[in-house]
Amino acid sequence: MTTTTISRTRQRMTKKVLVILGLLAGAAFAGFPVLWMLAISFKSNTEIFEYPPRLVTESFSFDAYVTILTDPEKVRFFVNSYVVSLSVTAFTLVVAILAAYAFSRFEFRFKRPLNMIIVSVQAVPPITLLIPYFGLMVTLGLYNTYPGLILTYMVFTLPYAIIMMTGYFNTLPRELDEAVRVDGAGSMTALWRILVPISVPGIVSVGVYTFMIAWNEYLFALTLTKTQDMRTVPIGIQLLMGQHSYEWNEMMAMSILGSVPVLILFLFFQRYFIGGLTSGSVKS
Amino acid sequence: MMITTTTTLTESAEPSAPPPTPTPMQGPARRRRLGHPGEPYAFIAPTAVLMLVLMIVPIVLVIGYSFMDNVITKKNPEFVGIENFVEVLTDGVFATALGNTLFFTIVSVVAHLLLGLGFSMLLNSPLVSRASRAVFRVIYILPWLFTAAVIAVLWRMLLNPNGVVNYLLSSDVEWLSSPSLALGAVTFINIWAGYPFFMISLLAGLQGIPADLYEAATVDGANGWQRFRNVTLPQLRPIIISMTLLDLIWTSQQFALIWMTTGGGPIHVTEMLSTFTYKLAFSRYEFALASTSAVIILLLSMVLAFFYVRHQRARD
Repeated sequence: MTTTTISRTRQRMTKKVLVILGLLAGAAFAGFPVLWMLAISFKSNTEIFEYPPRLVTESFSFDAYVTILTDPEKVRFFVNSYVVSLSVTAFTLVVAILAAYAFSRFEFRFKRPLNMIIVSVQAVPPITLLIPYFGLMVTLGLYNTYPGLILTYMVFTLPYAIIMMTGYFNTLPRELDEAVRVDGAGSMTALWRILVPISVPGIVSVGVYTFMIAWNEYLFALTLTKTQDMRTVPIGIQLLMGQHSYEWNEMMAMSILGSVPVLILFLFFQRYFIGGLTSGSVKS
Repeated sequence: MMITTTTTLTESAEPSAPPPTPTPMQGPARRRRLGHPGEPYAFIAPTAVLMLVLMIVPIVLVIGYSFMDNVITKKNPEFVGIENFVEVLTDGVFATALGNTLFFTIVSVVAHLLLGLGFSMLLNSPLVSRASRAVFRVIYILPWLFTAAVIAVLWRMLLNPNGVVNYLLSSDVEWLSSPSLALGAVTFINIWAGYPFFMISLLAGLQGIPADLYEAATVDGANGWQRFRNVTLPQLRPIIISMTLLDLIWTSQQFALIWMTTGGGPIHVTEMLSTFTYKLAFSRYEFALASTSAVIILLLSMVLAFFYVRHQRARD
């Protein structure tokens, strides 16, 4: 009896050790490159490829960050990214909430085909749209402007946002908003006064995800902007990479500064983020 | 384009004919009549306009371009039939790009699935405390939070001939500029960058498996591997299929990461369909050929999208 219990406990211990070793190995795989990025951003450029490499050196300093943050041209990249990403998030949420309301609460003739289109356009490759966009944006006078980028990003954020918001509204009982409508209030009141306030968790996760897509976008930012003062952070990082002398510490500092908004959003809204993500992509 | 026979049937089965008797409507019928009948269309209008102008119109345009001789650079392009398609499909570089895209996509997706499954099971292990699992989860998700430009510049530094990866492996290899290694290297970078999305979904799936299924299996004498094969895998199957299809679609469209690490080189060994198309348009200004290539990519993606949509509908 006792011997089996002991061997059980021992087996459990072995298993636990294996799981922890596995977790540590995975953490090294995922985290080491990020740790290295952080370490390099605090080094002076002469020490970056020193041999043997060290994580922390005597020259630890914030110089690379200061260089980036005092360069008006680079600060402009950040301003552009914030303007574009926040606008995309705000507009996407409003437009998606309206559409999701219709999909969730009304029966209408083209509901299924429209829904089908919204699901399938998510698979349209960005590169396919790129060539006509170039001409289209020039024609519409939106080439190298904020609205051009904002509208473009909404094409990619809306389908997902609508699917997720519809899913969220569907989980809320119809009686809630219909009671208000029966009492004579319009649909708009029912939507914005009743449904939206109780959908905050869903709205937050859609908002965070939308911000992240807009903040990280590269292909259209590259093609639809031309002048230095319209470039966003991902392009700024690439431009830094293209300069003849490689300032690796500055590139890493810029990369970290460029990742901070998404990292913060993620840490703060982790629960919404993961929940929203999985319900949106997997259940639709 | 995605509508199957069944949808068309249900769609035509409910025409907006007026009810035969004008008695006051009851129950669900009355609900529908709340508000103006055109109302839902008003709510959808902003989405519809945006999607029409910036999704449907561009797709029609690019398909049109693919049948013209050089558009945009030429004032009056002429219709040339399938000439562009013949030219693109017989281009050796296109074939290389297609092969590379297949390799890159399939290896990435398989690795994402295996890593995602392995990591999500570790993160779900009851043998480790909740708090430490939460910390590990944040670390594991990290790679997914960085934009492609950051991932590209980071790995170019790590994989530099004098970089830390060569130090750790005591090797002296030009990972990204060696013709025999570059494709493997960019695929590895993409594996690192992309597995967390798979992992998060699988983790949610694992947490949704009822504990009594495992208990029942244990009572039946199933060992760890048998529980994994007969309980975990079948329960995760729908998520695995969805995620695999989504990942196939997204990975096969990858552009930014390739563009900023190798740019498709050296000598086309990491050329993907996306970089091939981009170069046709914006380095060679062959907009008609680029459109043709873009249409071919669209068709390939639509095949995958068809399976994805069908799978999603089957699950509902």
